[in-house]
Amino acid sequence: MDFAFLLIQLLNGLQYGLLLFLVASGLTLIFGIMGIINLAHGSFYMVGAYLAWSLASLTGNLLTAILVGIPLTVVLGMALEWLVIRRFYERDHLYQVLLTYGLILVFEELRSMIWGDDVHGVPVPELLSYSIPLTDTLSYPVYRLFISGVCLLLAFGLYLLIQRTRLGMMIRAGSSNRDMVQSLGINIKLIYTLIFAMGVALAGFAGMINAPLSSVFPNMGGQVLIVCFVVVVIGGIGSVKGAMAASLLIGLADTFGQVFLPQVAGMIVYVLMAVVLVWRPAGLFGKA
Amino acid sequence: MSQNEKQGFNRRGLLKGTAAIAVATAIGTLAPFNLAQAADKIKVGLMLPYTGTFTALGNAITNGFKLAVEERGGKLGGREIEYFVVDDESNPAKAPENANKLVQRDKVDVIIGTVHSGVAMGMAKVIRESGTLWINPNAGADQVTGPLCAPNIFRTSFSNWQTTHALGKVLKAKGHKNAVFITWKYAAGEQMMEGFKEGFEKEGGKLIKELYVPFPQVEFQALLTEIASIKPDAVVAFFAGGGAAKFLKDYQAAGLKGKIPLYGSGFLTDGVLDAVGDAGEGVETTLHYADGLNTKKDNAFRLAYAKTYKLQPDVYAVQGYDAGQLLAAGLEAVKGDVSKKAEMIKAMETAKIDSPRGSFTLSKAHNPVQDMYLRKVVGKESKVQGVAWKALADPARGCKM
Repeated sequence: MDFAFLLIQLLNGLQYGLLLFLVASGLTLIFGIMGIINLAHGSFYMVGAYLAWSLASLTGNLLTAILVGIPLTVVLGMALEWLVIRRFYERDHLYQVLLTYGLILVFEELRSMIWGDDVHGVPVPELLSYSIPLTDTLSYPVYRLFISGVCLLLAFGLYLLIQRTRLGMMIRAGSSNRDMVQSLGINIKLIYTLIFAMGVALAGFAGMINAPLSSVFPNMGGQVLIVCFVVVVIGGIGSVKGAMAASLLIGLADTFGQVFLPQVAGMIVYVLMAVVLVWRPAGLFGKA
Repeated sequence: MSQNEKQGFNRRGLLKGTAAIAVATAIGTLAPFNLAQAADKIKVGLMLPYTGTFTALGNAITNGFKLAVEERGGKLGGREIEYFVVDDESNPAKAPENANKLVQRDKVDVIIGTVHSGVAMGMAKVIRESGTLWINPNAGADQVTGPLCAPNIFRTSFSNWQTTHALGKVLKAKGHKNAVFITWKYAAGEQMMEGFKEGFEKEGGKLIKELYVPFPQVEFQALLTEIASIKPDAVVAFFAGGGAAKFLKDYQAAGLKGKIPLYGSGFLTDGVLDAVGDAGEGVETTLHYADGLNTKKDNAFRLAYAKTYKLQPDVYAVQGYDAGQLLAAGLEAVKGDVSKKAEMIKAMETAKIDSPRGSFTLSKAHNPVQDMYLRKVVGKESKVQGVAWKALADPARGCKM
């Protein structure tokens, strides 16, 4: 394998890592800041993908589908938080696991009733539907690069929101001491509703924008869920910066693992997680 | 379907009540039991996925099976059928427990199932011990009609080995001297890789690289880059469902389509062509069923299926239908008397099944000896191109029977 192909694999790894960040960012918010173990995160991803598919075939345009889809996922997130999730903040993690696992089953069944059990494809938007030739046999789809760009923007936006705005300050304060924040006269309930809705919307958005690449199929959320948790744990719970670093690390490890150590490629990500946790039990950017 | 089941459950509830009285009055149990059985319905256990990824497959198999029964007036060997349904969720961990529900609790005469190979392996254990008749309408694990084979175990679908073995001949005929195989790293993928490798090397071809994606991951970019750097004569792939759809699209997006021809086991293009646009066009695969066979039997089957279920049948429906036909062959030979098991098994072993895929017989290990079609994606169909291998039999390695 020559140098050019190593560079392309590097690009593959970075690009996959950014994609992981996109999917995991919502989980970082919900799991990291609110402390809710949200197994249903993958379901929100799936809902996003199916929304993109049905809205895109309705409107004929993925961009419109996403613009309509995001408010829908925000509403879904707020409704869920208001109806069920907020009753579980004070409970043990085990209850949260049971609740959100139940939500997975509910969402799968609803998906089956509303959209059926078939595999669907969403066409890549016309404007981005071409590839850049890299070698005589290989070319790179522009849509992948587009997604990478969107991920970078999103990461930057999240960083600004959490580190540089008043809302972000309240979110950070709320994550370290909920009761104190409340006694200072800040409506913490509303903030939590907002964070949860944002988390759901991020997962949904990831599903939507990724739908042309991943296709849309039953149980698609289950596949991303585990690797999302790995990202959050390696990055350090609650750290957006950490999630970004962990995503890139996993993207690269997975890509080069498949190339150089194909026999154990499925394990590498988890070995990486174990090593990081031994070295830094709170994750790369977590507070011990 | 649900009406039949409900009757079953009510009747069983009733039986429980009367059973208590029967025991209390201490009537000899054997004689009345046999008498009751003659007039009784045949108990068919359906152990299939009705939730999860393989829901559509479970439903197609069920539909196919019931169609075969309906075509015989709702009776097999003169007896009506009573269904006992267990959703196996494609969960191997629950397989022994679920199989036991049918074997121990419902005491079924025959089990029809399942889709997932891991679940089938779990079922095999229970069924080999109980000796219950088992017709497997999909799960392709080579072992089921290999080391785990038994007189009471039948399969109406395929072995993983079979689905790719004929590709060796196909590639050779096209003048491809070397190839790369790409699949998920799990049992079915590895068995299909072995089946292809054996067939291709026999023809003098060389498998230069085996590429594995961790199951069920669908991130192919790294390995597609590797394929582009190896530049083989051909690529052979096995993925299914959402993974297959994504692979076909990624293969096209990476610019490989049209430069390195893509082949695969038929599952690569089955049920996903609506999802992939033109990314599947021209991909050639082998399977025991195809679109456009245009035989009398297939046309009749397709029409009847479409009329009954308002759906187009697929390969899974065919496999379920043939499970019904195979059971019918056994039951008709003994006039519905399931206690004559040896006779019934004999009849099933020697049956010639008039399948929509073309008629087939069973090997010694009870796996179909069937024609493998070469198919090519044209529009939204995997159109038949011809027979890649006439009457291909699984080698049934490790089967002692």
